[in-house]
Amino acid sequence: MNGESDDRLHSAFQLMAQAASSNAHHTDLIFLTVFVVCGAVALGVAFTMFWFCVRYRHGSGAVHARVGTHRPLELTWTLVPLAIFIAGFAWAAHDFVSLYRVPPGATQVYVVAKQWMWKLQHRNGRREINELHVPLGQPVQLLMTSQDAIHSFYVPAFRLKQDVVPGRYTGLWFTATQLGEFHLFCAEYCGSQHSQMLGRIVVMQPAEFAKWLGSGTEQPSLAQYGFARFRELGCSGCHAAGSTVHAPSLRGLLGRTVHLQDGRTIVADENYVRDSILQPKKDVVAGFDPVMPSFTGQVSEEDIQALIAFLREGAVP
Amino acid sequence: MNANAAAREHPHDAGGREPPREIGQLGMWVFIASEILFFGGLFVAYVYGRSHWPNGFAQASRHTDVVLGTLNTGVLLTSSAVIALAVACAESPAFRRWTARLLWLTAALGVIFIVIKGMEYRKEWHEHLFPGPGFELDAGGAQLFFMLYFVMTALHALHLAIGIVGVSLFAWATGQAKSWAPPRRIDIMALYWHFVDVVWIFLYPLLYLVERHS
Amino acid sequence: MKSYLQEGTTIASWLTTRDHKRIGILFAIAITFFFFIGGAAATVIRLELATPQADLVSNDTYNRLFTAHGVIMVWLFLIPSIPSVLGNFLVPLMIGARDMAFPRLNLTSWYVYMLGGVIVLLALALGGVDTGWTFYTPYSTMFSNSWVAVTLLGVFVVGFSSILTGLNIIVTVHTLRTPGMGWFKLPLFVWAIYATSVILVLATPVLAITTLLVIAERLWQIGVFDPAYGGDPLLFQHLFWFYSHPAVYIMVLPAMGVASEIIPCFARQRIFGYRFMAYAILGIASIGFLVWGHHMFVSGQSVAASMVFSLLSFMVAIPSAIKVFNWTATLYRGSIHFDAPMLYALGFVGLFTVGGLTGLVLASLSLDVHLTDTYFVVSHFHYIMVGGSVMAYFGGLHFWWPKITGRMYADTWARIAAVLIFLGFNLTFFPQYLLGVQGMPRRYHTYPPEFQVLNLLSSSGAVVLAVGYLLPLFYFAWSLRPGGRIAGANPFHATGLEWTTPSPPPKDNFEQLPEPPQEVYGYDPAKDPRHDPARGGAMAAEPVR
Repeated sequence: MNGESDDRLHSAFQLMAQAASSNAHHTDLIFLTVFVVCGAVALGVAFTMFWFCVRYRHGSGAVHARVGTHRPLELTWTLVPLAIFIAGFAWAAHDFVSLYRVPPGATQVYVVAKQWMWKLQHRNGRREINELHVPLGQPVQLLMTSQDAIHSFYVPAFRLKQDVVPGRYTGLWFTATQLGEFHLFCAEYCGSQHSQMLGRIVVMQPAEFAKWLGSGTEQPSLAQYGFARFRELGCSGCHAAGSTVHAPSLRGLLGRTVHLQDGRTIVADENYVRDSILQPKKDVVAGFDPVMPSFTGQVSEEDIQALIAFLREGAVP
Repeated sequence: MNANAAAREHPHDAGGREPPREIGQLGMWVFIASEILFFGGLFVAYVYGRSHWPNGFAQASRHTDVVLGTLNTGVLLTSSAVIALAVACAESPAFRRWTARLLWLTAALGVIFIVIKGMEYRKEWHEHLFPGPGFELDAGGAQLFFMLYFVMTALHALHLAIGIVGVSLFAWATGQAKSWAPPRRIDIMALYWHFVDVVWIFLYPLLYLVERHS
Repeated sequence: MKSYLQEGTTIASWLTTRDHKRIGILFAIAITFFFFIGGAAATVIRLELATPQADLVSNDTYNRLFTAHGVIMVWLFLIPSIPSVLGNFLVPLMIGARDMAFPRLNLTSWYVYMLGGVIVLLALALGGVDTGWTFYTPYSTMFSNSWVAVTLLGVFVVGFSSILTGLNIIVTVHTLRTPGMGWFKLPLFVWAIYATSVILVLATPVLAITTLLVIAERLWQIGVFDPAYGGDPLLFQHLFWFYSHPAVYIMVLPAMGVASEIIPCFARQRIFGYRFMAYAILGIASIGFLVWGHHMFVSGQSVAASMVFSLLSFMVAIPSAIKVFNWTATLYRGSIHFDAPMLYALGFVGLFTVGGLTGLVLASLSLDVHLTDTYFVVSHFHYIMVGGSVMAYFGGLHFWWPKITGRMYADTWARIAAVLIFLGFNLTFFPQYLLGVQGMPRRYHTYPPEFQVLNLLSSSGAVVLAVGYLLPLFYFAWSLRPGGRIAGANPFHATGLEWTTPSPPPKDNFEQLPEPPQEVYGYDPAKDPRHDPARGGAMAAEPVR
């Protein structure tokens, strides 16, 4: 990647923060186009008004007379903006949709926001506070929830932002295209220290990132930790294959289509797993009794994220 | 300039004569429109809750007292019929006493509704159906249902109470032949009363009749 | 004939009045008071933001300041400003009526507004609220340590003032037009206030119920916004924005109405495309109810919903664009005068255009992901609400001041103020667009040092803006002095029924109810009574009473 030359280029142009993600360039292109078009319109209107004010000021030599209706003109300046607007909408909408299509093979990082800090955990268990190390050129998917108020994960250099909401997971994915460190801001007002809830994204070469990820204090991976909780909380008591209690199997759960008791069909995702742990009577699987107890109060947000990681990649009994 | 327009008098030049009915009626309709939007926010919350928690809402709805609720619906519908009769009577001064009696009856039916509602609330309190710690039902969304149930019916009851006071005032004024209770104002009061009734007609099935098969 | 100002001079006569003109003035005094309180909060904010560190006030105080600024400016100043001051005063005059349909309800509306205002002031005195004017849950319901319930009670009460005013205007316009005055003979100001009133009546109740639900959840922990009970924080955002987006049209439509009165008068040219202008007002009011989700593109709202809201947000810009083009076209071949009202109106058109175009930027989905919750949004809405609505309100005050008071102010000082406001405004808010693009989030008390230069520019602009806003206090007050310049019935030679009655009008508005005009905006630039060629191009002397 020609990271270094881009660095020099971007430091010379200070208007926007350096573009450091694969989608940032698309956003910047639309922005530049919209800016030019809107700027032209604004200047055009301003100039026309100014010109008319000068030319038709009272007492000037110009013709001062009533003006009739001019339907073709009115229709033109109605339909031309309409066409431009539809085009603008479509272009930005197209880019927007791709922001929500996570590429396969993206690495998950779990994020818990709380007043007034960011807690992040990589799959192998490595934790970070207010910092996120990521490898250059590889897609990363953030699965985020809040412990208290609504926060928002904002990286201006990536041109990306996603609100982090209590009670559910929201997601954000990116592929970093520049080495370096970039601001992480909280962008949803969340109380006293909202403006001090700062962090940074550190983009490293993949090899260095792997080294960094492997170092740090010895601790179990997220999935291993999730397995430990799975046993401690007694999940396998009902959900394991050999159990006497009739409970749905959890193998390969994430991404599977599930038929619910009330006739609905959903695709099991992170939010479904979280709801099933905390509010098991919400979406009961068809053919099963609603006997699963709730684990509210017994599991933290990190525990739930670990359990999800375990279900995703562990050896589920 | 068209002759009809010139012939039509401006209400502000009508001297001391009664202003046209349309002014007060339009005012009440506009007010009703705002009230529909006021209740509308709660209906939106209800739709959200019911679509996310169909089981919870169904289970909770089965714990409302459908007998008392249906009885109350009958009471309110009857009261609307009664006040419509009162409005008809009000058009003719010969029926002044009947107008007053019918208005009193309307108010009385409204009071009966509120008493029955109070009985229901008492029952629900004892059955631990008020949201908060100690809530009886455990289906997801059941507590949300009852939260909406209490807010919606309380708001409705508040509007009904205002209606009862208004109708009672007009009943008294008609009985005393007061000048500030002319037919057009009774008409407008009745419009408000009908609106309160219509709100209940929407609330009743949404709150009492979710998945009642038996 | 006695004017409405001379009918009873005691305070009691003012506090028990049913005269729509006096009620308009009561509102004017009240909102001016709140404007300066909200402005004081803004002054402290900009002073603090001149440097990156927190060196003026604490975090909590800063958060309470920007909340107070928003709550006061939106609900206690902007929303009532043009409708309850100029709308109340002018609508009955413009349609040839003697008063509103429900005069006592009108006075009630003012008392309800005052009650709500007092409650909000009480909340401020107790220590204020720190949730932002948007009161997002669960911060407002569960985590804020401030006077949320009291403030929201005040907002709830003020909302009813809005609803009552709107109701009064709708019924008045429908039933009290002078015979022969069809809808398409109405001044566009009346159209604008009418459409605004429909929004007031239909949108404000949703805010009312939402504030009640937040209060309930905060006080008794029973609520629809708490996930633990099966609720959803996003439900609050939907309910809140369902009101608050139409609310911004409550703030801008009346401003457009004012511009549509001033520009034809001072260009001596009837408005270009009157019918399209009227339909555009209705279009903005109706489509404006369908776009609220554009405040929630990154909230966790579904992609499909976001796409619908984005498309509709582009659509609502079309009627606004039509209006800007039509105001510009009205200048063509006119005979243009640059009195203070015209400077304000032209400034309004320019700044509204910039604000509206940046609205399109924000409506673009992928751009909004970067720009939402940054200073780009702050600048966008200030361009429209301050550069737009406040400028138009000031323009309206200057245009109708002679009618309302019977006095003329010093036009030179008024023009100086208009220019100072325009320049100060741009210096304050244009840098904020750049800050947003660079990624500075909003509601930030402290910020990284690289944002300082633009912040300092913005704060300097605020000084100029403040001076501009203070000037009118002086020359308006000066115009009221004994022996001040008397204005005639129609100093600007404007069309419109309000100018056919003396300045100030008598209590019952007209001696004899007027006939509607042959055509609305009957101006002819070739026959400009304010331009007298015989005197070498100087203006004809205005009639002096």
